[in-house]
Amino acid sequence: MMADLTDLGVAAIRDGVAQGTFSALEVAEAFNANVAAAGALNAFIVTTPELAIAAAKSTDARRIKGEALGLMGGVPIGMKDLFATKGVQTTAASHMLEGFIPEYESAVSQKLWDAGAGMLGKLNLDQFAMGSSNETSYFGNVISPWRRKDGGNAAMAPGGSSGGSSTAVSARLAPAATGTDTGGSIRQPAAFTGISGIKPTYGRCSRWGIVAFASSLDQAGPMARDVGDCAIMLEAMAGFDPKDATSLDMAVPRWEAGLNADLRGKKVGVPIEYRMDGMDPDVAASWDQGIAWLKDAGAEIVEISLPHTKYALPAYYIIAPAEASSNLARYDGVRYGLRELPDGAGLQDMYAATRAAGFGPEVKRRILIGTYVLSAGFYDAYYTQAQKVRTLISRDFAEAFTKCDVILAPTAPTAAFGLGEKSDDPLAMYLNDVFAVPASLAGLPAMSVPAGLNREGLPLGLQIIGRPFDEQGVLNAGLAIEARAGFVARPERWW
Amino acid sequence: MENYRIYGATGEWEVVIGLEVHAQVTSQSKLFSGAATAFGAAPNSQVSLVDAAMPGMLPVPNRECIRQAVRTGMALNAKINSWSRFDRKNYFYADLPQGYQISQLYFPIVGEGEIDVVLDEKSPETSTKTIGIERIHVEQDAGKLMHDQHPTMSYVDLNRSGVALMEIVSRPDMRSPAEAGAYLTKLRQILRYVGSCDGNMDQGSMRADVNVSVRKPGDEFGTRTETKNVNSVRFVMAVVEAEARRQVDVIEDGGRIVQETRLYDPDRNETRSMRSKEDAHDYRYFPDPDLLPLELDQAFLDECEASLPELPDAKRARYEGALGLSAYNARVLTSDVETARWFERLVMATAANAGKGEAEVAKQASNWLTSELFGALNKLGTDLASSPVTPDSGAELLGLVASGTISGSAAKQVLELMLESGDGAAAIVTREGLTQTSDTGAIEAAVDAVLAANADKVQQYKDGKEALFGFFVGQTMKAMQGKGNPGLVNEVIRAKLA
Repeated sequence: MMADLTDLGVAAIRDGVAQGTFSALEVAEAFNANVAAAGALNAFIVTTPELAIAAAKSTDARRIKGEALGLMGGVPIGMKDLFATKGVQTTAASHMLEGFIPEYESAVSQKLWDAGAGMLGKLNLDQFAMGSSNETSYFGNVISPWRRKDGGNAAMAPGGSSGGSSTAVSARLAPAATGTDTGGSIRQPAAFTGISGIKPTYGRCSRWGIVAFASSLDQAGPMARDVGDCAIMLEAMAGFDPKDATSLDMAVPRWEAGLNADLRGKKVGVPIEYRMDGMDPDVAASWDQGIAWLKDAGAEIVEISLPHTKYALPAYYIIAPAEASSNLARYDGVRYGLRELPDGAGLQDMYAATRAAGFGPEVKRRILIGTYVLSAGFYDAYYTQAQKVRTLISRDFAEAFTKCDVILAPTAPTAAFGLGEKSDDPLAMYLNDVFAVPASLAGLPAMSVPAGLNREGLPLGLQIIGRPFDEQGVLNAGLAIEARAGFVARPERWW
Repeated sequence: MENYRIYGATGEWEVVIGLEVHAQVTSQSKLFSGAATAFGAAPNSQVSLVDAAMPGMLPVPNRECIRQAVRTGMALNAKINSWSRFDRKNYFYADLPQGYQISQLYFPIVGEGEIDVVLDEKSPETSTKTIGIERIHVEQDAGKLMHDQHPTMSYVDLNRSGVALMEIVSRPDMRSPAEAGAYLTKLRQILRYVGSCDGNMDQGSMRADVNVSVRKPGDEFGTRTETKNVNSVRFVMAVVEAEARRQVDVIEDGGRIVQETRLYDPDRNETRSMRSKEDAHDYRYFPDPDLLPLELDQAFLDECEASLPELPDAKRARYEGALGLSAYNARVLTSDVETARWFERLVMATAANAGKGEAEVAKQASNWLTSELFGALNKLGTDLASSPVTPDSGAELLGLVASGTISGSAAKQVLELMLESGDGAAAIVTREGLTQTSDTGAIEAAVDAVLAANADKVQQYKDGKEALFGFFVGQTMKAMQGKGNPGLVNEVIRAKLA
């Protein structure tokens, strides 16, 4: 018996299947078994072992016929339940869409299936992707596989909103998973669970078929064990889509082939504004360590300034809820999803009852905030101002990128927190996005890579932010860190 | 032009009118989806995933709809904004699947333009008025709700949901029902010329929101009301009249006009309050984050410009000038683009048949079309669009007259037979033996016989009763069964009586 197949990542599985070291079916069965045994983590809303098997058999059959297997040939993955999947329930972790079975496949998931991937199931997330801890899911929170090394058994947050994705990859339930990132929803959960994840430049991945949270920010990306796997999967996910008016009409670079950890001649910017008073000392130390690693990789370190950083979070929490309040108006009980129709209810009563029952508290909070900031009399004071801030933040980055090639920063201000520790304090929860949000507002590619463990034994992530369209530069810097961090820690199995 | 006034107990009032016209853009598919737009399809048969606002669906602008809006703006001499943007107008209603309408509030695609309307055709010089256009923006139409299909439920048809509309907003420049009517008629005419809207008001592809206020002449604008979805020129004029009268009565009774939305009830010829500003929606407009700003490049604008047809005013001037048509004929023939097209094909074919220039045959063709064909079609209760006589067959008939093959009176008979049978003019002339004779021998013989048989009248004529000339012509034609060439008959009689 060879080593456990579920310890393998995307590249190793793809190559092993292609070389006949093992079959795609064996891989799918191994991961299906891990998924089935991990109910306690609550990472999946629905599992689809039969789809993983079917895709694997198809890959194995193609191999026998000598056909090309695709970028993701034989790799089973988890699909964040924000992507519409034809014939498979798609809920956005909401009661509103419970039981909703799309008749269409999202552009990104279709690309993955076309590249030879198979689906293990639909991954849990914060409801409508609104949250940083996965506690807003209607289907119960995902439990991180990680625990503090303090002898306690406190359940930890897997990050959010892609918490099912981070947990599944970290706990070896899937070699990789899709995520979406609106204000850190790929990077922060990746950091919390010791895996890698990249949010590409806005427009790289089609938004068609992804349940919308905040359209001008939403962007899909891969979450995987390492940087190389992220490069492969991003290549499979990205590409121009005429069905998305904000899609980038650019060729997809061969990121995997372009991976290069030699940073000689590159400049890495370290933003002074990110070094905040009272910063978690472990996070600060990990950042310093990251700086040293990149210097070791040949890069020149330069101090940069992103002066409007402190306005990013407030601007984000105006723009994202504003868009969400409008994007979520379609859930009205008329055509699909939940319908609450109290006796004698008219149309308005049905709207109210349906939306009261179908949305959780965090979603309602953001709809209310968004409705408020767009209201007559408040629009200019909030929305218009926030858009101006957004422009200034983009300018900050543009100015910084005249001095450096990539920017290094922590992914999140803390390591994972315990479930329930912040759920009563929305502001504290929102603050967890403070380092992630600026790149989202500017539409820049950004990734998180594992950098080590804090004193509690929990993973810490480092964030690399790049110029527009320079995913390669981001991946390369990530690879340089990965090579030096030697991050092999994994959660001990308790589930 | 006399000023239109409403006479109240306190004196004269002036009405101020602005129109917001919603015109459905002529296109195969919707503004942001590929679904079809044909009128009258089975309910919900033309609905894409985007139109039904399924989760994760995204709008993509339809180039043709944008093109039509730009061409319309150009036809109205309006400023084209090469940078415009789509905004969301948020409100909940069952006919609005997205929960918002994609429209253009802040940066419309077309800015200021104008339309000249003639209020009195008898003196166009003194009655032409310029009505300002404030803007044109494009937006999505809503679906249709049917409340009468079930006792407790409403039915939703989303076929129209997402269809492209142009909202053409006038300045409050109109001062009478007639001006409002003339403006709407002219706008419809231009849209049909441009081909950007079919103008079918009875199918709802063009409808007007009528803004009306009243004031004492010379005063500031009064508070206006907006009467929604008025779907004919006649009703627009009726709304202005009824609403102005109502407002005067309210004010003179000591009341106050509230800014509100009203509906027109054609059966009772009155407007009724729909909702007042107090319970108006806060639409929370903001830029649609699913769409990038719309940027039009010069090549696109050039193509739009180059594709514009000759417009009504220019065409009418050309008909009167270069083609020498009467003012009346020029107006009638340019009133609708299809009529003008028919006429131009007729002229082209007639000129080609005769080997002449268009200007030489246009007048004859226009007279025949406006008096003979329109008259005959009118009698049959039909119109040009369903006429069995085509421009080519009409030209054939005109050619037979011009060459002297048939007489003008025979031509009337031939036209009737053409409309009846759908056969060609020449075939009918041959079949019915209607070819006129220009054989001077035969004509002289016939004239001699008529003069001989009416010796007394010949004497009277010679004594000065010249009106009898027509009698001799008539008798000769009768004797020749109408086939005598009238010119020759006249000539021969005149010679014989000299």
